[in-house]
Amino acid sequence: MKKYDVIIIGAGVSGCAIARWLAKKERTIAVLEKASDVCEGSSKANSGIVHAGHDARTGTLKARLNVRGNEMMDALSKELDFPFRRNGSLVLCFEEISRPKLEELKERGEKNGVKGLEILSPEQVRELDPAISDDIVAALYAPSGGIVCPFGMNIALAENAAVNGVEFYLNHMVTEVKKCDGYIITAAGEKFSAPVVINAAGVYADAIHNMVSGQKIKITPRRGEYCLMDKNCGNLVHSTVFQLPSELGKGILVTPTVHGNLLVGPTAEDILDKEGVDTTAEGLSKVIELGGRSVNGLDGRLTITSFAGLRAHLELHGEEKQDFIIGEAEDAEGFFDVAGIESPGLTCAPAIGEYVAAMVNEKYPAPDKKDFIAVRKGIPNMAEATDEERHRLIAANPAYANVICRCEMVTEGEIVEAIHRPVGATTLDGVKRRTRAGMGRCQSGFCSPKTLEILARELGVDQSKITKAGGNSAILTGYTKDVVESAAQDNASMAGNAGKQADVGKGGRA
Amino acid sequence: MSRREEEVVIIGGGPAGLAAALSAKKAGCERILILERDKELGGILNQCIHNGFGLHTFKEELTGPEYADRYIQMVLAEEISCLLRTMVTNISLEEDGWKVVTAMNKDQGLLEIRTKSVILAMGCRERPRGALNIPGYRPAGIYSAGTAQYYVNMEGRMPGRTVVILGSGDIGLIMARRMVLEGAKVQCVAELRPYSGGLKRNIVQCLDDFGIPLYLSTTVSAIHGRERVEGVTLTRVDENGKPIPGSEWEVPCDTLLLSCGLIPENELTVGLGAQMDAKTNGPVVNERLECSISGVFACGNVLHVHELVDHVSAEADKAGRFAAAYVQTEGRLI
Amino acid sequence: MTENKTKTVEMTCICCPVGCALKAEILADGRVQVTGNKCPRGAAYGEKELISPTRIVTSTVRVAGRKDAVVGVKTASDIPKEKIMECMKALRNITVTPPVAIGDVVLKNVADTGVDIVVTRGIRE
Repeated sequence: MKKYDVIIIGAGVSGCAIARWLAKKERTIAVLEKASDVCEGSSKANSGIVHAGHDARTGTLKARLNVRGNEMMDALSKELDFPFRRNGSLVLCFEEISRPKLEELKERGEKNGVKGLEILSPEQVRELDPAISDDIVAALYAPSGGIVCPFGMNIALAENAAVNGVEFYLNHMVTEVKKCDGYIITAAGEKFSAPVVINAAGVYADAIHNMVSGQKIKITPRRGEYCLMDKNCGNLVHSTVFQLPSELGKGILVTPTVHGNLLVGPTAEDILDKEGVDTTAEGLSKVIELGGRSVNGLDGRLTITSFAGLRAHLELHGEEKQDFIIGEAEDAEGFFDVAGIESPGLTCAPAIGEYVAAMVNEKYPAPDKKDFIAVRKGIPNMAEATDEERHRLIAANPAYANVICRCEMVTEGEIVEAIHRPVGATTLDGVKRRTRAGMGRCQSGFCSPKTLEILARELGVDQSKITKAGGNSAILTGYTKDVVESAAQDNASMAGNAGKQADVGKGGRA
Repeated sequence: MSRREEEVVIIGGGPAGLAAALSAKKAGCERILILERDKELGGILNQCIHNGFGLHTFKEELTGPEYADRYIQMVLAEEISCLLRTMVTNISLEEDGWKVVTAMNKDQGLLEIRTKSVILAMGCRERPRGALNIPGYRPAGIYSAGTAQYYVNMEGRMPGRTVVILGSGDIGLIMARRMVLEGAKVQCVAELRPYSGGLKRNIVQCLDDFGIPLYLSTTVSAIHGRERVEGVTLTRVDENGKPIPGSEWEVPCDTLLLSCGLIPENELTVGLGAQMDAKTNGPVVNERLECSISGVFACGNVLHVHELVDHVSAEADKAGRFAAAYVQTEGRLI
Repeated sequence: MTENKTKTVEMTCICCPVGCALKAEILADGRVQVTGNKCPRGAAYGEKELISPTRIVTSTVRVAGRKDAVVGVKTASDIPKEKIMECMKALRNITVTPPVAIGDVVLKNVADTGVDIVVTRGIRE
């Protein structure tokens, strides 16, 4: 049995933020994560937006934490060295009849404490962002809107938590939470115990909650599909461009990313499957079609990849809940839920960390950690470095001169660093999220064999053990010449069919 | 930062770069430097172990590495300088007409090379899945055909056992045969268009020889499997390439190889500010293979995707001569 | 094979990228007539493809002492098509020790075809 003062379930952005803030006190903390890496659930597949805070209903936790999280982002992104930019956001209004809704949004934002909101005329909007559709009648401008690297933030929080003593157990799916004197948790066959448990399990927060509480909650995964476009259209818009919210979410947004791509999405579709991150033909075409309403010149052919993420949409007593559930479960002392963290969850994450830590500290006080390390330095970024910085990095370690990913210019030095960091990368996707190797326009065609080789070398395992994202996702299936006789027989026997050329290109079903 | 000066800098040591270097040398250029990002010269030919190269250039049928070796030996014999494992990060134009190529490698760190002329020979890359917008999950087991070719032919590793190939480009066809020879089962090749993009000879010797069906006007409409590919849904498409409802069928596989076209690799060209051709995805060039920037030439697949390496060599041979002529005329003035 | 002798066989020539559409037939006097070819190689191919088709096989063999390294090889000339898989089987157990040069023979008389397997790429020591 491994004993901790606090156990956090889930290493997404909420779990890692909470871990980081809780680590400011003298206590032992473990994070249990079912995936092979941090940032593998909703935290990795979202819009990467730092919302201004005009959407959530005034007085809700969502509204409060959104504005607070937004405020915290400048300082935190510097402290933990992750990419964040305040590019401002626009909510487009396409019809005069909807103008009152836009004004309502502005008022709500002001009540929520959002600063600098302004309703702009189409001319003013186009001065700001010339590619915005000619069809708009007005737009709400929020100068405090921003964009962040969702992986960058999640990983920075995890690394900083880890250097402050938080222990991460990856590939540890929680299968049981038992309340006794404190809690006994079973994960990947191991037993853990702690008086305090934080449930930050994303779309599975209902399952974890329902293991200990009689007041059942239900989370419906709401799928959002996105298209990520080539950097050559990353400058199409400067601001994050929303459409006036509708019943099913915030509409399709078009935004630059902190790395210079253009992101369009998400759709909003309630599904049954909590692993249902598959994209659909309808969804993807809807993304481009609706995104094209906001911005002129949006070319779907410039898509370099598409993906889907799940928002954890909450129901309590059979009713949709419009707010997060954050706090101690009424019937389970020491069990804190952080549930239903859908949009603007990424923006809220630092504020959630702060808020949950304050809550836990109040009930379970602990002395300050005197040697808390508040600052974390990110992996050097050769692509964005100046020639002087590059020179310095290469002089210190020549591996920084060996370019592995051509499209994003990621070097061996950066990949090796990503592997050996606290809570370091062990998978291709892990390397990708930490360094961007494979995220460019060739989508890892050239670099994946080399990244695989570096991972195997640095982790001291054979390449066949390296996976894309844990589990059964190995990249290689064996050696050439280790022939599985039966598999090849069909094709191979044809080789002996001398003289016969099969019908070419008739097509049709097999 | 180490600095040097050249007459011609050639970016890329594949078939285009090698042939361009040779002809520039023969036309009288003395200071020529090839910059190659890989650990050896030859480019993608090194992994193209199949035969069929060189009928025009050498009047015999060679494998990719053999074809490359002929040029490499000639380049070595001419004592043309090469820097391997060297990545060019930027090309800029000075006011006086000199070009500055910035590159880096492990031995020298950052390099700044002033040169009168530049020959772009960076080649091309494969179109990735994202550009094809195939819906479904994103499991392991989806590779571009060239990536699979690298694993199989360079490392002796298998990227899968039961394979569906989308796109009937030559690399896809070649890999269909290659995978079968190494013991995999290739279920089929699906091609969106009503005709194959590959050479007829490759359909015969790579598919027909092994009984691999080629389904034209067919695409992958879904990818199944969450961790590793477990199968794909194939769908017939109409004349506009749109899926025909009701025509879907499932094919089990653990690997999907994509061979859906090549795109010239022109980050450096765009960064330099050269005018681009939206149709070829390469730079716009005049009859001397010179870009909109005087003294910058382009040849091979960086210019447009060529069907045969022999054509690449022939074009690069011209580019090398034009670059040499530039160095000897206009280049004198800068 | 025998059933082919009385009829015309249509095929695509694989000698070069042109890919001529050939017709090969056995005439009454036993000679083979090939039409549709644009060059003499096509005529030879058509006849061979009709009587006893052959292919050049290209593959790799392992390199001794190196992890994840293989080197390209090929049959020095074309071998009967039905021997392809036998040839592949024979290559499974071959390992070459560097240095090797293009043209080095790594296996003689593969699958009893009388054809050798040669290296297509040099490896220095």
